[in-house]
Amino acid sequence: MKRQTQARIITLKIDGVDVAAREHETILELAQENNIFIPTLCHLDGLSEYGGCRICVVEVKGSNRLFPACMTPATEGMEVITNSERLRLYRFSILDMLFSERNHVCSVCVSNGHCDLQYLSAKLGMTRVEVPYLNPKVDVDASHEHFIMDHNRCILCQRCVRVCGEIEGAFTKGVMGRGVNTRIIHDLNGAWGDSDTCTSCGKCVNVCPTGALVEKGKSAGEMVKRRDWLPYLRLMQED
Amino acid sequence: MSEKAKLATVWLDGCSGCHMSFLDIDERILAVAELADLVYSPLVDLKVFPEMVDVTLVEGAVSSEEDYHKIQKVRAHTKVLVSLGDCAVTANVPGMRNPFKVQDILNRAYLENADLNQHIPVEVIPPLRKTSVPVHQVVEVDVFVPGCPPSADTIFYVLTELLAGRKPVMLGKTRFGI
Repeated sequence: MKRQTQARIITLKIDGVDVAAREHETILELAQENNIFIPTLCHLDGLSEYGGCRICVVEVKGSNRLFPACMTPATEGMEVITNSERLRLYRFSILDMLFSERNHVCSVCVSNGHCDLQYLSAKLGMTRVEVPYLNPKVDVDASHEHFIMDHNRCILCQRCVRVCGEIEGAFTKGVMGRGVNTRIIHDLNGAWGDSDTCTSCGKCVNVCPTGALVEKGKSAGEMVKRRDWLPYLRLMQED
Repeated sequence: MSEKAKLATVWLDGCSGCHMSFLDIDERILAVAELADLVYSPLVDLKVFPEMVDVTLVEGAVSSEEDYHKIQKVRAHTKVLVSLGDCAVTANVPGMRNPFKVQDILNRAYLENADLNQHIPVEVIPPLRKTSVPVHQVVEVDVFVPGCPPSADTIFYVLTELLAGRKPVMLGKTRFGI
């Protein structure tokens, strides 16, 4: 949700359809306004764009590169393709790697049925993971009074890190390590429950796309996240 | 004499929930019986896998040495192999042991948590492999039907499509978890 201001209007094509955009609008914003589906994971309305998950990649005519729709501004005369066999395969590869890098067991997950990763895999028609599972031994941090951080389910989208800094202003959550060893941490990698910067607001839990951040006491399939408040908080900040 | 197709089901490391869901097609099993004979299954009293089967549904992950050898035999004698359910497709719950060593798991189950008769069984029970893996990591799989379990409607759809010689389209029919 962005405030509409006076801006130059540009025209371009998405999937062969003529669309009009305000200057500086991203391909993703424009597609969503025109009801054109582009899959997203790390993107969330009300947070800054991060461009980390790459699931929203699109093709632009005249270039061999793939462009993340959430980070690429629409430009005059651009011809965007949001769905092709090539994109489908890249998106499956991304989902393959997300599912295989940690331990996602949908059937027993508290977020079963309310998970963006599970939803997207079904929506894109994924029926299996092609690469071998890594089966990493990762921790569950249940030290917080109300919440649990289960690294088994984390896809490193960093929505929690962004909402903690940008909206709550606490900057409790951060990122440590590289590659498959990357972890979401609290403060200087202490236990979440020991954090003296965490305000226990629960925003990170509600923006988390999977069962990585959940409320205590939920059983399989019971964790429903609420996110409708987020764009309004962002709008209030801008006033 | 029969020109009917041959159907088999195999139970590896799963909870039998997928077989339960298969039986949940209720009276539609008569329609399946019109199209195919169930020649091998935990529901059939036959110990040897037949020479050639048209469609085999596999429930469960490949976890033990028995599973590992069985699935290769099944593959060699099956035209269309179907991974049925999340355990066969992803290793699912059986795969949750994978981050741990087999010996640690056996110790936990049979020694640390046992009040009586603490010992690790070695006879009759097939040894566990190092990890529990999806069927398609061991043999080639033709059709994938995720779900824990896949619904009876999904299973019936897959069966009738396959027995009619068509490849089922899974988009929108099921998903991981359910």
